[in-house]
Order: sequence, then structure tokens, then C-alpha cells
Amino acid sequence: MWKWLHPYANPEITYHFTGKLTPWFTWLSIILLAIGLTWALLFAPADYQQGESFRIFYIHVPAAILSMSIYVGMAIAAFSGLVWQLKLADASAAALAPVGAVFTAIALITGAAWGKPMWGTWWIWDARLTSELILLFLYLGVIALHNAFEDKALAGKAAGILAIVGVINIPIIKYSVEWWNTLHQGATVSKFGKPAMSADMYWPFLFCFFGFAFFVAAVTCLRFKTEILSRNSMRPWVKALVKEEIK
Amino acid sequence: MNPRRKKRLTIILSVLIGLSVVAGLVLYALSQNIDLFFKPSEIHQGKEDTGLKAQLGQRIRIGGLVVPGSVKRDESSLKVSFKLADMRMPIAFNDADPMVTVKYDGILPDLFREGQGIVANGVLAEGFIIEASEVLAKHDENYMPKELAEDAGKAHTKPSY
Amino acid sequence: MQFSSFAEFIDMGGYGFYVWLSFGMATLLLVLLVMNSLVSNKQVKQRIAKQQARQEKLKRAAKQQAQLSQSS
Repeated sequence: MWKWLHPYANPEITYHFTGKLTPWFTWLSIILLAIGLTWALLFAPADYQQGESFRIFYIHVPAAILSMSIYVGMAIAAFSGLVWQLKLADASAAALAPVGAVFTAIALITGAAWGKPMWGTWWIWDARLTSELILLFLYLGVIALHNAFEDKALAGKAAGILAIVGVINIPIIKYSVEWWNTLHQGATVSKFGKPAMSADMYWPFLFCFFGFAFFVAAVTCLRFKTEILSRNSMRPWVKALVKEEIK
Repeated sequence: MNPRRKKRLTIILSVLIGLSVVAGLVLYALSQNIDLFFKPSEIHQGKEDTGLKAQLGQRIRIGGLVVPGSVKRDESSLKVSFKLADMRMPIAFNDADPMVTVKYDGILPDLFREGQGIVANGVLAEGFIIEASEVLAKHDENYMPKELAEDAGKAHTKPSY
Repeated sequence: MQFSSFAEFIDMGGYGFYVWLSFGMATLLLVLLVMNSLVSNKQVKQRIAKQQARQEKLKRAAKQQAQLSQSS
């Protein structure tokens, strides 16, 4: 069943495959973000109540969605790393964690900068905001554990367990606005059903969202490559590759 | 799958299930405290699921819609008072609805207007009055361009409270 | 185009500070992430190259030693 996956368990093949994908992700991200952000800042209509401050939506919402999706991806990688002892899965979890942490921080900061003029406060300890803050701490914990051990297999195990346990937080973030009454409003865009906004507001959002998503993919590929090199530094292919690149 | 992997998988899965059950129970136990605010009807009758009532002089948060026509401004200061009713769709108010009066002395958030969701933080006083020290606006998940809102007949002018 | 002048664009209907704070902080964090990723990639490669140079040096030294002990 897993036979087709076998070549990708080989670090050398995965390294070169990732290297081939990176420029595609990079260019897609640059193009989509250039279109999306210009559209969002200059051409998207202002909200009838919130005025121009609504433009923060185009960073806040993609960052918040990605902060959760990256976490799920990282936890799945950590899970397969723990169960099947795939070293590459641990490496990809280690590559994803800092990216996720940055997007969580962006969601929190842009949320604060949006909340101040609209709600009247930078921060409130409601269920949505608090659980998103916990997500940031989970990311920081995973990063710290990955760096805490010299032995990468042990580090992957420790960080993996924290990442998997932390998954409980994801449904709490997502449904906090439905389960409890919060200051934060419900979801505007969801995978199912119509978005609660008009098309000329929704299209720039799609460009921004996929732009940021490909940005995540590109940066993760780069960090993944770094992790592979660092974890296989004694292999002949790595030595040959580094010798070729640094001259 | 070989037996060792199977064992690892079972251990991780059972730990995960155990933790989710614990987390679920904790959240269930805490659910009253995780709620950010009381609704106006809950000030009158107590919390929906526990019947817990706010005491006079207790510091609470209250969330509801600003009843149209209830906003009274002091001419010479920032003092303002308004009534809150439960949020519900579509927005319609009766005089019989449980309401709570909020008194506040300070700058209101930009989104404050009649029919707007508001969360106020203050001390409960006699006669369902809240002496608020903080008023926050709660908006919904719908965004709309001005032109569309005008077509739908929604007021979008920022009132000068 | 929603804005008729550049000044209006910067002002963002009075919310300029908050909008540009959000976009600025997001850009800053993303740039820092990219830079950190590029730098750590370079550092790892340099570390491996250094390690390799040291090993080759050790090997050469060992060879010389062996030759010396043979000739004497």
C-alpha cells in the first residue's frame, strides 16, 4: 500500500523534488500576492459600516486560516513521524513550525490593530482570541523542543507529542465563536456555503489567501531543504552537493 | 504494519483520545466562565442553562443590541445612556422584551449605533442598570460595499453620538 | 480605484494608522521569516563545508603520518 511512497522516504530524492517545486511556489506566491494585495488595498470596496479599516480583513483572515491549517499539517507530519518513524516527516514538522508561528503572530497583531478602532479595544480575553494565543504558545513550544535536543530523533519525538496533543486546540479555535458568546464575530468565509460578503470583496480575498498559501509552501520547502541537509550532513550526496554549491 | 508500529499507533491514539475527553470535560465544566457576557434576558432570569444570576454590585459583562431610540446623550459631557436587548435575527424589539439600561461616561467605539451589538463591562445596579466602565462594539460576520448596503436599505451613516 | 488621491489612500478614511500598522507588521514578519530561512540554509551549508574541510585535513594528516612512519 505504501510502496509508491517509498522513493520519497529517500532524503536525496525528496531534496531534489522539493528543490524543483520551490521556484514554482515562489513565483505563484509573488504573482497572486501582487494582484491580491493591490486589489485589496486600492480597488476592493470599503465596508458600509467599518469603512476602509475593513481592508485589514485581507491579511487577518488568510493568516488566521493558515495558522490553523499549518498546525494541522504539522501535527499530521509529527504523527506519521512518531508512528512510522519517518525522519523526513519529523524534518517537515520542524520546517513548518516557525512558518506557522509567524502566521499566528500576524493574525494576532492584525486582529489587535483591527479591534482597536472597531471594537474599542486591542485585546479581550474572549474564547477566540485566547485560544489563538494558546496556538502561538504551542508553536513556540514545538520550536523550542526541536531545538532543545542535540539528537534530532529525540527532539522530533518530544516536539511531535506536543504538536499532536495541541491539535485539541484547533476545533476550540474554530468553533469558539459558536460554542460560547464572544466579542469576535462568526466566520465570514468557510469551505462550505456562500461567503457572507459580495463578490467584489470576495475575489481579492481569494487571491490574497492563495498568495499567502503559496508563500507558506515556498518558505516551508526552503526550510525543509535546510532540515534535510542538516540532518544528513554525513552522507556523501550532501557533501558533494555542498561542495558543488560553495566554491 | 508490523507489531511495534501497531503498538506505537495504539498508544498514541489512546493518549490522544484520553486527552480529548479530558479537554472536553474541562471545557464543559468551564463553559459558563468561558462565556464572555450575560445577555439582558439572563440578567432578568439568570443564565440559560444554569439559572445563575448576577448579584447587585457584581462586576459583569453584558452583551446585546442597542435598542433604537433609547440612546440619550448628556448635552454638556460624554455621559450617555442606552438600553440593550437580546440579540436576535431579524432585529425587532417589543417593549415587553427584557432590557437593561447601560450608563457610560466615555468615548464610544466607532461602530456604536442603534441596532448595533454591544458588549459593556460594568457594575450591576438596582433596576437592571449597568454602570459601565467600558463599552465595546461587536459586529457580525457580514461585510458589504456601501452601494449594496444602500440598495438593501441599510443605514450606514455614522451617527454623532 | 477607491481613492482619488495619494493622500486619501494613506489616510484610509481615518483608519490609516491601523491599516498601515497591520500591513506593515505583516510585511515585517514575513520578510524576517524569509531572511531567517535563507540565512539558516546558508549557515547549514557552510557548517557542512567546514566539517568536510576539517575531515579532509585530518585524512591528509593521517596519510602523511603513515607515509612518514613507513619511510623511517
